[in-house]
Amino acid sequence: MSPALISVRDLHKTYGSGAGEFHALRGIDLDIHTGESLAIVGKSGSGKSTLMHLLALLDRPTSGSITLHGTETSGLGARELNRTRNAEFGFVFQQFFLNAQNTVLDNVTMPLTIAGVPARERKARGLAALRQLGIEDKAGNKANDLSGGQKQRVVISRALINRPSVIFADEPTGNLDSNTGATVESILFDLNRTQGITLVVVTHDEDLAARCDRAVTIADGLIVPATTQEVAA
Amino acid sequence: MKALDVIQRANANAFRSKLRTTLTALAIVIGAFALTLTNALGAGVNSFMADTVATVGVDDVLTVTPLDESAPAGDGPTVYDPDRATLSGGGMGAMGSALALTAADLDTIAAVPGVLDVSPLRIPSVDFVQADGSQPFEVSLGVTMPGMHVELAAGDNLDFATDEPQVVLPVSYVEPLGFASPADAVGAVVDLGLTDATGTSVTQPVTVVGIAEPSLLGSAGAIPNPALTDALVDLAAVGRDPGAPTVFAAAFATYDPGAGPTATEDLQSALAAEGFDAMTVDDQLGMFTSVIDTIVFVLSAFAAIALIAASIGIVNTLFMAVQERTREVGLMKAMGLSSAKVFALFSVEAAVIGLLGSVVGVLAAMGTGAAISSALSGSLLADLPGLNLFVFDPVTVLAVVLGVMAVAFLAGTLPALRAAKADPISSLRYE
Ligand SMILES: Nc1ncnc2c1ncn2[C@@H]1O[C@H](COP(=O)(O)OP(=O)(O)OP(=O)(O)O)[C@@H](O)[C@H]1O
Ligand SMILES: [Mg+2]
Repeated sequence: MSPALISVRDLHKTYGSGAGEFHALRGIDLDIHTGESLAIVGKSGSGKSTLMHLLALLDRPTSGSITLHGTETSGLGARELNRTRNAEFGFVFQQFFLNAQNTVLDNVTMPLTIAGVPARERKARGLAALRQLGIEDKAGNKANDLSGGQKQRVVISRALINRPSVIFADEPTGNLDSNTGATVESILFDLNRTQGITLVVVTHDEDLAARCDRAVTIADGLIVPATTQEVAA
Repeated sequence: MKALDVIQRANANAFRSKLRTTLTALAIVIGAFALTLTNALGAGVNSFMADTVATVGVDDVLTVTPLDESAPAGDGPTVYDPDRATLSGGGMGAMGSALALTAADLDTIAAVPGVLDVSPLRIPSVDFVQADGSQPFEVSLGVTMPGMHVELAAGDNLDFATDEPQVVLPVSYVEPLGFASPADAVGAVVDLGLTDATGTSVTQPVTVVGIAEPSLLGSAGAIPNPALTDALVDLAAVGRDPGAPTVFAAAFATYDPGAGPTATEDLQSALAAEGFDAMTVDDQLGMFTSVIDTIVFVLSAFAAIALIAASIGIVNTLFMAVQERTREVGLMKAMGLSSAKVFALFSVEAAVIGLLGSVVGVLAAMGTGAAISSALSGSLLADLPGLNLFVFDPVTVLAVVLGVMAVAFLAGTLPALRAAKADPISSLRYE
């Protein structure tokens, strides 16, 4: 097996301190390999989003290590973390997080704008990404004027525009009806298969989890061992 | 994110909530408007004063008056001192019952080192001026300073060396005296009428060499050359008791301004030691200028207070914007935007609001200034064609715009800091 893209060891995350202390993650070990699709499932409040945020370097763990491409990330400074997230990761959230008043193209090219890519190249790559998801004709529209499914396509276009190695998706279909949700799922798995983009999906949806190469279940801040998982299933 | 992108985005963000931005900018408009207009007014009046000094062209003359030592000592009346000369009413009414200079005083002044020449201020009282066939018109004589240059509508300046009596008349006398134009009046001989010491009305013929434009210093009077003054003084003295002492309200002492400002100050203090108050033309205008400057300063202070109030508006507006865009900022941070750039986005947005407000304010001030000037030029200022009431110095205008932008930027730093510090995760969780 190829070396892990992201490797997590004994990861702890504690919110608050003293009496209000809450251990959201209590010792997670996890390897994510290049090109795989991984589902993170579990009950509400089990710590799925917390784990995803740590994996995506959006937050720092209380203790434990996360390595990306073999590099320990705890030593990285703010600038390196920003650069890594900008260049390596794509994000899809349940809420679309589009700037409603800006154009679709402007929303899609945001990661490139942040990276300092020149305007002309931004436009070309933005249109290409939209074309890939079949909504090129909406490029000039305000993001607000799109349907939910179209919005999520815009979000996916934005997630893949910087040619990331990993796309993190937190409840990507949570706000969509089942048909549209299925389409969005297909798009994500298609990207995973054809472009080799690693997919980390946080979901409640059993079907979505089942379509992934692998699923880990979180309960009370710990990964439930595979045997118990099968028993539960 | 590149600097240009930051500016473009901040600019677009500023106009996202148009009404809110407009209202915030409006407060700045008022401040910038007031600041610009006040400064333009100060600059306009002061530059007019400076121009006037330049046109008068007298920079080597001190106006010497008796130093009234007893005046500032207390509030009560001054004890009468029979030894001090005073002016005896009459034509010197403007000077009040002021102290006067005697012939002996003139000698004292002339003896002070640094004084090149002394000439007494003599303003003979004239009753009327009359041209051939015209009615007599009341006239007063203006002050003639040695070497003085008068802004002329026609003709030439006075000849200070000639024995021929000459006069420069204000332009307002041209038509009443029956001349078609200022040029027409130049070269004409008019009669000046006065009453001598015996009570007889006599006239002195005099050549009009020039017609004066109205100005602040040139007053409304006819300006005589020394030859005319001599002639009028002689005429007025007919029948006068030869033993009566001659007194003067003031004297003009010429000096060498080239010796430097310290030499001038030394000369002034030397004269003060002798009991004389000596003022340069700059001193006299300086009093005027400092009054203008004080007024401008006070008005500017009010404008500055308006701008401070406006900048609180900016703080408020941007806090609202930061709040509204919590998730947007969180997302951009998640996608790798640095805190420094987030800070820049919001503080530049504040500067954009400042720029908008100050540019509109400055333009409004310029428009208002032009409107007031053109409205007044027909009435109040018609007599002062040289006066440009508002002078919009590009440097001042630019300073106002940049200063307001800087204040706005500073006001924006508070909300911008909050946005910069916000944690992306909690921003993304924000409902
Ligand atoms: N900033 C925080 N401060 C305190 N507690 C927090 C904070 N963020 C998350 N938690 C807690 O950590 C636990 C895990 O939260 P997390 O969002 O990871 O759950 P989740 O598994 O994603 O749930 P869901 O499926 O509902 O999204 C929850 O009990 C939550 O209340
Ligand atoms: Mg969650």
